Amino acid sequence: MSQAKVPVWVNVGLIPLLNILLAFFVSGLVFLAIGQNPLEAAGYLVYGAFGYDAGIGYTLYYATNLIFTGLAVSIAFKAGLFNIGGEGQAYIGGLGVGLLCLWLDSSMPLIIIAPLAIIGGAVFGAAWAYIPAYLQARRGSHIVITTIMFNFIASSLMVYLMVNWLKEKGMMSPISRTFQESAWLPYLHDVFSPLGLDIGNSPLNLAFILALLGCVVYWGLVWHTRWGYQLRTVGTNPTAARYAGIDNAKVTIWVMLISGAFAGLVGVNEIMGVNHNLLLNFTAGYGFAGIAVALMGRNHPIGIILAAILFGALYQGGAELAFEIPSITPEIVVVIQGLVILFSGALENMFKGKIEGYFLRRAAA
Amino acid sequence: MFETLILILDATLRVSTPLILAALAGLFSERSGIVDIGLEGKMLGGAFAAAAAAAVFGSAWIGLAFAILASVGLALIHGFACITHRGDHIVSGVAINTIVAGLTVTLGLDWFSQGGQTPALTGDARFTSIVFPFAEQIADVPVIGLIYSELLSGHNILVYMAFVFVPATYWIVFKTRFGLRLRAVGENPHAVDTAGISVALVRYRAVIICGILCGIAGAYLSTAHNAGFLKDMSAGKGYMALAALIFGKWRPVPVLFACLLFGFLDAVAVRLQGVALPGIGEVPVQAIEVLPYVLTVLLLAGFIGKAVGPKAIGKPYVKERA
Amino acid sequence: MSNQTPPYAIELEGISKRFGAVQANKDICLQVPKGSIHGIIGENGAGKSTLMSIIYGFYEADSGTISIDGEQVDIRNSQDAIKVGIGMVHQHFMLVENFTVLENIVLGAEGGAVLKHGLSAAREELKRLETEYRLDVDVDAVVEDLPVGLQQRVEILKALYRGAKILILDEPTGVLTPQEADHLFRILKSLKEQGVTVLLITHKLREILASTDNVSVMRQGEMVAHRETATTNKDELAELMVGKKVRLKVTKDTAQPTGTVLSAKDLSFFDSQGVERLKKVSFELKAGEILGIAGVSGNGQSELLNVLSGIAPLSSGEIQYAGQTITASAPKNAAQMRDLKMAHVPEDRHKMGLVTGFDAYEAAVLGYQNSEVYNGKVLMNRKAMLSECEQRMTDWDVRPPDPFLKTANFSGGNQQKIVIAREVEQNPEVLLIGQPTRGVDIGAIENIHEQIVKLRDAGKAILLVSVELDEIMALSDRIIVMFDGAVVGEVPADQADERTLGLMMANAWNEEKGAAEA
Repeated sequence: MSQAKVPVWVNVGLIPLLNILLAFFVSGLVFLAIGQNPLEAAGYLVYGAFGYDAGIGYTLYYATNLIFTGLAVSIAFKAGLFNIGGEGQAYIGGLGVGLLCLWLDSSMPLIIIAPLAIIGGAVFGAAWAYIPAYLQARRGSHIVITTIMFNFIASSLMVYLMVNWLKEKGMMSPISRTFQESAWLPYLHDVFSPLGLDIGNSPLNLAFILALLGCVVYWGLVWHTRWGYQLRTVGTNPTAARYAGIDNAKVTIWVMLISGAFAGLVGVNEIMGVNHNLLLNFTAGYGFAGIAVALMGRNHPIGIILAAILFGALYQGGAELAFEIPSITPEIVVVIQGLVILFSGALENMFKGKIEGYFLRRAAA
Repeated sequence: MFETLILILDATLRVSTPLILAALAGLFSERSGIVDIGLEGKMLGGAFAAAAAAAVFGSAWIGLAFAILASVGLALIHGFACITHRGDHIVSGVAINTIVAGLTVTLGLDWFSQGGQTPALTGDARFTSIVFPFAEQIADVPVIGLIYSELLSGHNILVYMAFVFVPATYWIVFKTRFGLRLRAVGENPHAVDTAGISVALVRYRAVIICGILCGIAGAYLSTAHNAGFLKDMSAGKGYMALAALIFGKWRPVPVLFACLLFGFLDAVAVRLQGVALPGIGEVPVQAIEVLPYVLTVLLLAGFIGKAVGPKAIGKPYVKERA
Repeated sequence: MSNQTPPYAIELEGISKRFGAVQANKDICLQVPKGSIHGIIGENGAGKSTLMSIIYGFYEADSGTISIDGEQVDIRNSQDAIKVGIGMVHQHFMLVENFTVLENIVLGAEGGAVLKHGLSAAREELKRLETEYRLDVDVDAVVEDLPVGLQQRVEILKALYRGAKILILDEPTGVLTPQEADHLFRILKSLKEQGVTVLLITHKLREILASTDNVSVMRQGEMVAHRETATTNKDELAELMVGKKVRLKVTKDTAQPTGTVLSAKDLSFFDSQGVERLKKVSFELKAGEILGIAGVSGNGQSELLNVLSGIAPLSSGEIQYAGQTITASAPKNAAQMRDLKMAHVPEDRHKMGLVTGFDAYEAAVLGYQNSEVYNGKVLMNRKAMLSECEQRMTDWDVRPPDPFLKTANFSGGNQQKIVIAREVEQNPEVLLIGQPTRGVDIGAIENIHEQIVKLRDAGKAILLVSVELDEIMALSDRIIVMFDGAVVGEVPADQADERTLGLMMANAWNEEKGAAEA
């Protein structure tokens, strides 16, 4: 109860902020190490990400994927579970979206395909999360390890399906045929142009709206349903959950299904929104980046949106940066991402004791 | 047929080597109670450091030294987060993997301007094959000749090192004072503390050894198996080593066999690409590739034996009010 | 002990230790003559374990000195303690379960970087120790395969192997059968004969009287008395231990119990380690009465609450309640018991009764989160939760009456009011209530007691568990005493006094009665 005297803003504001700043500071050192001025680089990053309409569009397009995987990681965290399998769930979710589009695109209009594909992506993603969840809940298999394994299994499965079944005939590379336009999720610039608004051409599509809806669903689910109540109880105090008659195993399975469903929706953005065909490796590390987004977003939908936009900006700005300064690779944003995970995740307690101690002493004095 | 088998086994040894090194690395770390999903990152960091140093200094051995330095540095970050600051082991491992994935390419491009790769290594900058005496002379002797000259002879020093490390690890873990303390600290750190031994010190030593072995595994990838560093060249081998560690139930010899099994599957998969087997038809390569992961999941689920890890694994050590 | 010539084997002077707001040890002085068995007795939370942890270097004292054989020593960690010849047998064994006995014993004293020589030397040394102290154990057995009594012997050997001249045993008989306990005391005696000094921490009077030379009594962090065991007796020790407390006043009429609402028959419970925590506990609970369960904590009361409330499964026996028969093969979980109108205020509100990260209004529905009152079709009915919470906060005088305040930020008493209000306002038939006023300030205690009596007067059945004797005596209509997982006695409240209950709690009553009858 000594914690009672530490002001709330210290724990939810000051300490996370310090951690992030330290991550950025070390990122700056990396820039210095490769002979670049970090401030100049930051200038390019910011301009690339927010300086013009299409740049913003790209930023939000990347953010869409990151919101989905951030929500996926975060909702599992809420129940005390570490879902490191967002990558595989997103991959299989994309498969679900792609299969539906390939099946229905010549016979159905978008208005029917879109909801079905969204459900398909969510269901496929959830199904891929179900097995590790079941094994954790009923057989005690460590979910971190099983979800890692399932990432690799998903990857091999996709290669097999693409190469042997889904590849367009006569093509060398494992890419399916392009969907007909009835299975394309509209780009936002196409949505806005009839209204006389020009937002610049970018891959940003309606999946972004879906991601925002996902945040609302997350918020409602976690904080406003009895189901969310149970999951938060399990995540913060499993003993109290047993006392309250909550079935921990059931909660574990349910939360992983939802987590997998969120991750699966990456497929809607990538497959239906941008690529318009089924292909390999479209998940490009978003599943892992979701961990950084969830940690930095403090497991709150608003935080997740902000963190996703920040990382989206890094992705897009990183591309701009690499264009302006050819001796920098876009991969440098992966370093920043890793540093954020390190400082606001693994080292989150580094300052905590000292700072809380300071405030406790001050409160006592 | 026999020759094919020998060739597959020969490939198995080559593919298994980094798995063995990394899995033994994980064994030290996890036996001490520190979960390490950062094997992948340490290996990749080691691979880059080895190739970069070898390219600059022209010596594979200097490359190896740098690989070990880099990997131990990463291991110490992991230790600092997990041991000193009681951070989440998984989060820390993910952080290290992510940082290394980005940093190697970033530094590589800056230093060598070859799109993130290191220059191709030649001559002394690589570990080359060691040919056993008389390998050529007895190559034609049936059975033995082929085994001796193809399978046993002709690997680089790191391959032989990996195999020597297995009994060495066994000896250290089960026959020395350090090993006893290592195992104890992963099972019941309170017992170690009350016996007057520093839990943190034992764990730090364990993660350093883990770093050394991962560094060697990385050097193998870039300066022995390949001739230079390529982006993401560890390609999941760290995770597969982790699977082998679990599959081998955290014991050196079973871990060796798990690595050999996984390596063998890999070698077979390459061999079977596009080949129709009599009576079965063409086996999809991916089905074989995926077996290590499927087997590990089945093991974890308790369908084939049971994998019980060190009891205190992943839990930060906190002195409680007795 | 005054006739003993110094230096003492161990001497403490002015030891104090504070944990946050809790003064765990206050100015402790203690002198233990060499080659004696010295008992330290006190209730739970009296500060015995803290004191021993300080001697063994697990904590550093805030002030005070420790002297061994007349020389002041500086003990900063366990290694220092081992060096000056202190060995400790912890209440929870500090053994690596999948190691052999031999490996456990040499851990930290391996005698060289390679085990081989050290192990064979240790084998020899152990043979000598085993014969010298009559402590036979198979050194190659794996610890987890040994019964607890033998595991404890391994702990003793471990200390002796390190050359311990002073051996501390913390509640050593808590996990032992009576036979194993007897064996332990024989071992301690032979240790004493060999010149080892033994410090025995316990709350069991019988053990103190049967095996020690001297005894010191601790109460609320202070050392309140030192006695030669031969010159004292159970009554005096029991009184010293419990102390003369300010009598709690609860105004209540005589109970008007009606029919039995819950009957428990031969309840047994084995924990995950296979230790029998409840031993054939039987009782009946009537409507309109408060049944108090007295006992030193750790004697099965928590397990009884857990089994009754459906949190832990019965191992055998049956509970008759609300027309249902609950057995090991026909269990009911916590949610089902709640549906049968059984409410439960758990002993530890932080671990079990609350989620401290929740807002007060959320914590106020824990366990009832699925109830129609708090739920709409999809979403929870936050309005209903909030207004109810506000109402209860007024009714129960919870301060501050802010439903959005994090539960962690309320004081202990107000947290407890939130829990009790939640359970009582569900209008249960049976209320299980554990340690209702632990960590609660004086003002709130009275209020909580009144509410419990009010519920009784409304014809409900209440099962009260408390380690505070005066609370039990003030509230209960009937008192059951538990010891070592079993019911050792039942007394009507008006015939209960501290002495009788204290003796029962230390399991000395039956023997005294038996001796009187004989």
